[in-house]
Amino acid sequence: MSAPFLYGSAGLILFGLGLWSLLAHAPLLRKLIAFNIMGSGVFHIFIALAERGARPPDPVPHALVLTGIVVAVSATALALALGQRLEEPDDDTGI
Amino acid sequence: MMTPESSLALAVAVPLLGALLTAAWPRGKRASDAPAAGWWVVAAVWRHGTLRAELGGWGAPLGIALTADGLSAAFVLLTALVGAGIAVHASGYFQHFASARYFWPLWLLLWTALNALWLAADVFNLYVTLELLGLSAAALGALGGTRAALAANLRYLLIGLLGSLTWLLGVALLYAAYGTLDLRQLAAAIAPGPVASAALTLMIGGLALKAALFPLHFWLPPAHASAPAPVSAVLSALVVKAAVYLALRLWYEHFAAVITPVAAALLGALGAAAVLWGSWRALRAVRLKLLAAYSTVAQIGYLFLFFPLLQALPAGAERERLLGALVLMALSHGFAKASLFLAAGSIQHHAGHDRIDELGGTAQHLPATTFAFGLAGTALIGLPPSGAFLGKWLLLENALRAGQWWWVPPMLAGSLLAAGYVFRVLSRAFNREPTPRHFVTAARTELPALALASVATLALGLGAQWLWRLLGIA
Repeated sequence: MSAPFLYGSAGLILFGLGLWSLLAHAPLLRKLIAFNIMGSGVFHIFIALAERGARPPDPVPHALVLTGIVVAVSATALALALGQRLEEPDDDTGI
Repeated sequence: MMTPESSLALAVAVPLLGALLTAAWPRGKRASDAPAAGWWVVAAVWRHGTLRAELGGWGAPLGIALTADGLSAAFVLLTALVGAGIAVHASGYFQHFASARYFWPLWLLLWTALNALWLAADVFNLYVTLELLGLSAAALGALGGTRAALAANLRYLLIGLLGSLTWLLGVALLYAAYGTLDLRQLAAAIAPGPVASAALTLMIGGLALKAALFPLHFWLPPAHASAPAPVSAVLSALVVKAAVYLALRLWYEHFAAVITPVAAALLGALGAAAVLWGSWRALRAVRLKLLAAYSTVAQIGYLFLFFPLLQALPAGAERERLLGALVLMALSHGFAKASLFLAAGSIQHHAGHDRIDELGGTAQHLPATTFAFGLAGTALIGLPPSGAFLGKWLLLENALRAGQWWWVPPMLAGSLLAAGYVFRVLSRAFNREPTPRHFVTAARTELPALALASVATLALGLGAQWLWRLLGIA
């Protein structure tokens, strides 16, 4: 079994686990961790795709993963900010 | 020297610059510049046909390319017109709220994401624009600040993220199989097979979630109904359309070789279910904004009804015309729904609530808004001369000609139910109070709704040939 195949299938499994957890668990923190695990799964697959045997690895998937990480971090931050406002004592006056 | 191609980059850059400037200097808001950039794209496509710009001279696969054809130009036009109306309304709506400070930068960022999405030429940039769109839309929706708004939009955000990640997994599969992300190169390389089918399923699945296609619509009504009115208008009129637009593009331009009639029929069946369920819930809704949100679920259903019929037609003038009808329906719903939400916002502001049964006298207090509501309703029902009438007519004709008569009953039932929910509101809006003295009470918040509704009912129906010309349909 080749290393890229191993990485790729591990990525798929991570995606599936994250998806299950995102749908099955109610607490926001668990959902966010699940979302990040799903993301890592996809990034895994991209990294595995970059392998080109003896030649240097393909840079395009690397660039995609870097962009993807930035997006995932910002999304997590926004979700946490919204979640934190939900935790605050009730105040219906608007922002 | 400015070339027509530079309009593409400007359509993304100008709103983005505006977002940064309004974030840095909240006082000096210049939201009016953003529509101008969109206009230029439409004019360039009108005169020169399909455009493509490779930014910085870097070609695929490394560079970022933008492309515009008639379909993208039509949606850029929708964004520019609806956006301009919403910006005018919002300048009146938000003048008493401190949250205006956050509204303008987020709104311009959303505009950036939309324009970038209409014009993107590769599947990864589409992922980035989808995420930008989801993030700015959820942040805007939460501006209401109530617990219900926060909870609904947090859910909206998570749903959006799930949809985007599913799309990204599809992108990974495509890159593994074909080694390119560029849509044009993908369209040339794609061949039927398990990888292409899996990638298409994942990407369309993610988009169906974002487009709130029945039964994945559950997140839409609370999120759209709890946002401030101008934001609801953007979400329903434009943001949901983005997912439908992408599904359409993938389905008919890039993955055409992979599509099976069964898959198309499945999307059509979900669309039919959405038409019936959304219209029924809109008819039963207690609150005006919830009614408008459920009506969006139904109208999105109509757009998916086109898919099996497009599938049944061979490539050619007939199919182009049906595609034109789909775009006409989408644009007409965009204008009408924006107007409906803006009108609902004015009504809610005036009455202090939006419970439909207690809206007596609205017609006398806010005649212009009630008129806008009625006009927008005309377009939602699909009465002539609205754009939706033409769109539904062509849809009906094609369903009968293709021998797929089973799409006709849900279509007609949806129109009847739409008439029911529009007239239900209008019947409550009149009572025996004296006749109004002024047609318009608050020009800045009322007139945009009226203008957008007139576009949906009059301009799109009577000026459909201009749209045909933009789309390049013979």
